[in-house]
Amino acid sequence: MRLRTTTSRQQSRRYSGLVVGAVAVLALSACTGSAEDAADDEEGGSGSAPVAAGSNDEEGDTVTIGFSAPAADHGWMAAITNNVRDLAEQYPDIDLQVAEGTNDVSLQISQVETFINDGVDAIVLLPFDGAAMTPVALQAMEAGIPVINVDREFDDPNAARVTVLGDNYGMGVSAGTYICEQAGGDEDVVVAEIAGIDALPLTQDRSQGFEDALSECGLDVDARQAAEFTVESGEEVASQILQSESQIDFLWNHDDDQGIGVLAAIENAGRDEFVMVGGAGSANAMREIQDDSGVLKATVIYPSTQGADGVKLARLLVQQKGVADLVEVEVPRMVQLYAPVVTADNVDDYIDTAFES
Amino acid sequence: MSEHSTAHGVDDTVAPSGGTVHTGRLADEGGAAPRGAGLMSGPFGRNLGLVVALLVICLVGVFTAGDRFASVDTALTILRLAAVVGVVSIGMTFVITGGGIDLSVGAILALASVWATTFATQTMATDTHWVVMVLVALAVGGACGLVNGILIAYGNVVPFIMTLAMLASARGLAEIISERRSQIVPAPTLRGGGVEGFKDFWSADVLGVPLLVVIFALVSVGGWVLLNRTTFGRRTLAVGGNPEAARLAGINVKRHTAMLYVLVGLCCGLAALMLIGRTSTGSSTHGTLLELDAIAAVVIGGTLLTGGRGTIVGTVIGVLIFSTLSIVFVLNNQDSSTQAVAKGLIIVVAVLLQQRLARRSTST
Repeated sequence: MRLRTTTSRQQSRRYSGLVVGAVAVLALSACTGSAEDAADDEEGGSGSAPVAAGSNDEEGDTVTIGFSAPAADHGWMAAITNNVRDLAEQYPDIDLQVAEGTNDVSLQISQVETFINDGVDAIVLLPFDGAAMTPVALQAMEAGIPVINVDREFDDPNAARVTVLGDNYGMGVSAGTYICEQAGGDEDVVVAEIAGIDALPLTQDRSQGFEDALSECGLDVDARQAAEFTVESGEEVASQILQSESQIDFLWNHDDDQGIGVLAAIENAGRDEFVMVGGAGSANAMREIQDDSGVLKATVIYPSTQGADGVKLARLLVQQKGVADLVEVEVPRMVQLYAPVVTADNVDDYIDTAFES
Repeated sequence: MSEHSTAHGVDDTVAPSGGTVHTGRLADEGGAAPRGAGLMSGPFGRNLGLVVALLVICLVGVFTAGDRFASVDTALTILRLAAVVGVVSIGMTFVITGGGIDLSVGAILALASVWATTFATQTMATDTHWVVMVLVALAVGGACGLVNGILIAYGNVVPFIMTLAMLASARGLAEIISERRSQIVPAPTLRGGGVEGFKDFWSADVLGVPLLVVIFALVSVGGWVLLNRTTFGRRTLAVGGNPEAARLAGINVKRHTAMLYVLVGLCCGLAALMLIGRTSTGSSTHGTLLELDAIAAVVIGGTLLTGGRGTIVGTVIGVLIFSTLSIVFVLNNQDSSTQAVAKGLIIVVAVLLQQRLARRSTST
């Protein structure tokens, strides 16, 4: 309404800043009071063993740990942060600073800079992009703060004191080997693959492992599409693959969160002629496997407890303890977790530590 | 609706005091307030609300985090965070003031970062001089802006649609060029060779101030001068305010519009270099949703989304408000979801207030 004349009130501008500021205050105060819901104590990893005298779990000096991870835009990533929070609650000597959830590398760098300014004892970092976070991790190490790198690797070994990784290549190998077994030597089967975010090295590793394992028994990937770990993208990509491939024998989907969308697309298309293998190992995928009524017959685990393991190792490191079951005095440089295949036969062993999508 | 000589570069950016009631559609210093408003008119009055908002957020920081917030290191962290989005927002201010919008800034930044780092990682690896990277990033940014500008100005494609198309295609092209991998600029110390001096240059401080912040400051000052003290700026306001009137006043509206998109493209190229300096990588995922951050900063700064009025000072404060808010949230252990809600509320409140200002500044 450009042509309207109004009599102006000068006051409105004078107070505009106050209103904007008040909004910020409200937003801040609204969440400082939010209670952690400790209702479902689904802690990842092993059930916390009773503290034996002289063991590592005995309370030590307070350790301030800064933790930063990408946005919890899918169940696995949300579980990472939840498991970290749950673990920190169990240890009275852990003071956890969580800078949660951003896929903006610039902001994540600022979060780590804030930890460095604060002089925390250790930083546990799950980078959105490992390479992009390397310079700031190096800065932290140079400032004498040990960095524990989780899941997505830095490109410089000096940027982390400890690295905790899942086995992405191994996931692909496990999935490929399982499909080889199921195919039973038939080399004419059609194999489809629905990957996660293609720009991430971890996705490339998974696909490489899958391809390598399949080629061992003379198979190859006939159709491959990348989704984005989200339900929506899984549904979209799966419909495209089902549309273009009239006959599929095996389908590997990298991620059980996007798998919800993939299964929905399969249902909508009314297809059931193939065996589907999942990835990451969510609780709902495992329930689906227990049911044994749909196409999903197996999933490959990628533990969502890595962040919690990182925090545990950070605590040991700062308190100058080692890993109890190793002879080695110091905390190791690298811990790589295993990627087992979960089927109806062994699903009961894993379902309790699985994450909810 | 007279255009009040904004078209001819007459050097009178201060609000005319010649008894005319018409004071609309001028830049910062134009002062939207009627004469006689005293303290509340002029640039100080226009941005007072924003300054107060920033101070309030800082006070919240001080009260909740104390010395952890009120330190030089924290201030530098906030400024470094603001620098990349800040440079893009300055360019965005010009486009929006000129009556357009650019949704492709994040994608252009990604493409420029990938293209520049390709020279350091894939093709020429170790014998690339980093100046080549700088030139490539600026050229890519400028070229994308030129494509946007030409199709919008001469092809009559709606800016929203054109830049949406650019958003999709530039990011796609970035993924193709980078083979969807993060391209790491090798450091000379690590693998031998490497891009001499590039990292050192970007991580340097100038008198204790990080280079990123210095560049942000220079771009801000440059942007302010361009908008408020040059013919180019005057024309931008005229084109955004009323393109037809601007055309009748002898401005080449089409050419000027195209130039605005080239300008924001160059800003994206520069921001891409800053982000490469910050992360040592070029990646097709850089700058995701950057366009929203930039538009938000510009709009709460007081630039009209409908064009015709723009303020660089407001944009800079807008960027600082959001980056300060981010750091206050980090210091308080708060998650990003709450932060997103706060951000949304701030945008809405700012725009509501701005509408009242806009009505007041328009006269018959």
